[in-house]
Amino acid sequence: MADEKSTPVEDRVLMKGNEVLAEAAMRAGCRYFFGYPITPQTELAAYMAKKLPKIGGTFLQAESEIAAINMVYGAGAAGARAMTSSSSPGVSLKGEGVSYMAGADVPGVIVNVERGGPGLGGIQPSQSDYFQATRAMGHGDFFMPVLAPSTVQEMADLIYLAFDLADEYRTPAMILADGMIGQMMEPVTLPPARDPESLPKKPWATTGTHMEREHNVVNSLYLTPQKLEDTNRERFERYEKIKATQQRQELFMADDADILIVAFGASSRIARTAIRRARDKGIKVGLLRPITLWPFPEDAINQAIDGGCKALMSVELNMGQMVEDVRLAAHGRADVSFYGRTGGVLPTPEEILDQIEALAARIGCAPSAKAGE
Amino acid sequence: MAMEKTLPSYQQDRIKINDGEKIVSARPHALSDKVFNFCPGCTHGIVHRLVAEAIDELGIEGETIGISPVGCSVMNYDFFNCDMIEAAHGRAPAVATGVKRVHPDKIVFAYQGDGDLASIGTAETVHAATRGEHITVIFINNAIYGMTGGQMAPTSLPNQVTQTSPYGRDVSKVGFPIRMSELLATLDGPAYIERVACDTTAHIRQAKKAIKKAFENQVNGVGYSFVEVVSTCPTNWGMTPQAAFEWLRENMLPYYPLGVYKDVVADGFDDALGAAAARAADCPIAQQKREA
Amino acid sequence: MAMPQDTSMKNPEMLCVLSGFGGQGVLFAGKVMANAGLLDGRHVSWMPSYGPEMRGGTANCNVSLSDDAIGSPFITRPTALIALNQPSIEKFGPTLENGGVAVVDTTLAMNVEEVELPEGVKLFAFKATQMAEDEGLKGLANIICLGKLWAETQFADLDVLEAALKKCVPPKHANLLEPNLKALHLGIEL
Repeated sequence: MADEKSTPVEDRVLMKGNEVLAEAAMRAGCRYFFGYPITPQTELAAYMAKKLPKIGGTFLQAESEIAAINMVYGAGAAGARAMTSSSSPGVSLKGEGVSYMAGADVPGVIVNVERGGPGLGGIQPSQSDYFQATRAMGHGDFFMPVLAPSTVQEMADLIYLAFDLADEYRTPAMILADGMIGQMMEPVTLPPARDPESLPKKPWATTGTHMEREHNVVNSLYLTPQKLEDTNRERFERYEKIKATQQRQELFMADDADILIVAFGASSRIARTAIRRARDKGIKVGLLRPITLWPFPEDAINQAIDGGCKALMSVELNMGQMVEDVRLAAHGRADVSFYGRTGGVLPTPEEILDQIEALAARIGCAPSAKAGE
Repeated sequence: MAMEKTLPSYQQDRIKINDGEKIVSARPHALSDKVFNFCPGCTHGIVHRLVAEAIDELGIEGETIGISPVGCSVMNYDFFNCDMIEAAHGRAPAVATGVKRVHPDKIVFAYQGDGDLASIGTAETVHAATRGEHITVIFINNAIYGMTGGQMAPTSLPNQVTQTSPYGRDVSKVGFPIRMSELLATLDGPAYIERVACDTTAHIRQAKKAIKKAFENQVNGVGYSFVEVVSTCPTNWGMTPQAAFEWLRENMLPYYPLGVYKDVVADGFDDALGAAAARAADCPIAQQKREA
Repeated sequence: MAMPQDTSMKNPEMLCVLSGFGGQGVLFAGKVMANAGLLDGRHVSWMPSYGPEMRGGTANCNVSLSDDAIGSPFITRPTALIALNQPSIEKFGPTLENGGVAVVDTTLAMNVEEVELPEGVKLFAFKATQMAEDEGLKGLANIICLGKLWAETQFADLDVLEAALKKCVPPKHANLLEPNLKALHLGIEL
């Protein structure tokens, strides 16, 4: 991650998170965007509509989210870096296409700038699609890398990474952002622009046989059970590789922490403020911020517990979803609790601080009056 | 038909030609050796062959990318020798759009049945057509869902008995069949729409001409081309192949008349854009010239 | 990770809410402020209100300038407020930090005195929209107020603020740069 303050000022620009997703995607070599309007991701599509035609790319407003993801499937099958973006209700519609992409091993990037749900929900920041993103968002037995930016800089870094992971492991990949990171402007150092021609070739893609090879087939249909099982097993071997090599997280004030707040995206920012205040009060609390939601950074959780962390509190903008992964990773070795707000309501740092103080008292890690002086 | 071309290298083992011999008739290059899985009397096989012949005659096999549907022809990615993509049910036009946008110089076709194209994929069908995507769509209309065992299709005829209309299609309750060729012909996007059948030799010849033209239009940049083939399903109609053809002639052709529904080239235009502009001659904003 | 200490007395942490009717330029004024922070090499965030409320209703944005990484970009206790209408001062005035600064355009916020402000808040209330019209700077009440806020807080060096303003005026509207600078100084010299 580029450090905001160590980069020369002249290389930093002030941009909206949604626009940065678009700009960095193009720099990653994406030339094909298919989408459908929905708040709060609209700036991304608008930016693409303006810029893509100028660099020889295609922006196409599809008739539906379903069509959009299937256009991504087609463009991805044809060998190109392609993407779509939406917000929660629209992402539900993409589930079918994402399942086909996973089943046919077609890379592509899906952006979800989350809003509140279920149903039409609201348009304020939310993290209520954690389950949908990390638990196979369509039918069938599959996963995909899910990256959760917490700054505008990470919007750039992680969508760049998402395209690389998608190609390397032949899988759809998702950016799970929220209305806060999407709408806000922060300074960002943009990644270098890559020529799509310079990207690794995809010999499996449907680009025409030119009468020089057997035909390529991009397909997810296997009517012989054994063949389907073999195909799925091969894919899960790739998932194991991803789990072994791609877990990413940021640790903040975690070295000596009795308590770790586990939070991603928008909620991690609020938690960070609360953690500073708790430290001022002498509570040994830190932050474990998952950057990859799938694969979930369970190794880091385990290391933290090995290092003496006694309690993990998952802070989310939902009714408690990631906490299940925290619990699975902790495997009964640490106290796991949850605090969340939902519907687009954001917790204040004070609220989280109250939770930290209560937790510290409950597990016997509250600073003594003496330590606080 | 004499085939002068030699087989591509990867297929040279397929046919042995001795000295002094000449191929007079052969399976088209664009069809693989795989044996069709279609029922006896089904016209899918004929239409596959016609598509393959058109690809051969235009010499575009190496440049063609096909999209398979969900339905009886779901596995036609095994039957065609060009690159193929299997799409979700109804989404072939969207997938084809994605491919064509990446490879505008390639020939992209979607092959779809009636449930796929006219029911679950109606939105994708209509919008790919109205966008005037430079793709070729082959539409098999046999008035029934074949692969799932004979349910009512969007094109099932009034009073037609199917598994899900056991008392006959009651139009007062479930509405009417969709005439897709007529519907799409109202749009400005398509360049060419024709409805054909494969029940007689004469009709098959006409179908071949239409399918070839639908591919040729793409080669020539004329625009979206759509060929509807009125077809039979002897298995699910519960008839012998011969009786099915009789039923097709007696009931389907009066409801789905054969013929050309749109042909911008025959109308004197270069492409679909020209025809659309002429139709909107009185609308100033539609006449604005665009930069290339 | 050690936290960088706030050693800059010249540029204290600024947590500013800018609020008004859509079209009054509060988002733009916020961008100028954020760009000043950017040019100063500071941590910056700019968070707009979004959704249906931005269509003709009230608009606001939250701008944070800090020497520390910024947590939530949503500001619950602003240190500064620019309010260009009555609903804005009513909504955000009471949320100000004690000792904060409020710059209010009384052309459209006619009952400022009715709003109870936290202890020690310095209130600067004047008819900015009226002033802009009188000076031939129609539509630049936002920048006049920004100038006044700068005069009271010095959230960046003046040359940095001017450079930020130049950066925010798009080239195709270059003719608007001079009036903007004039408005800024009008506010500063109030």
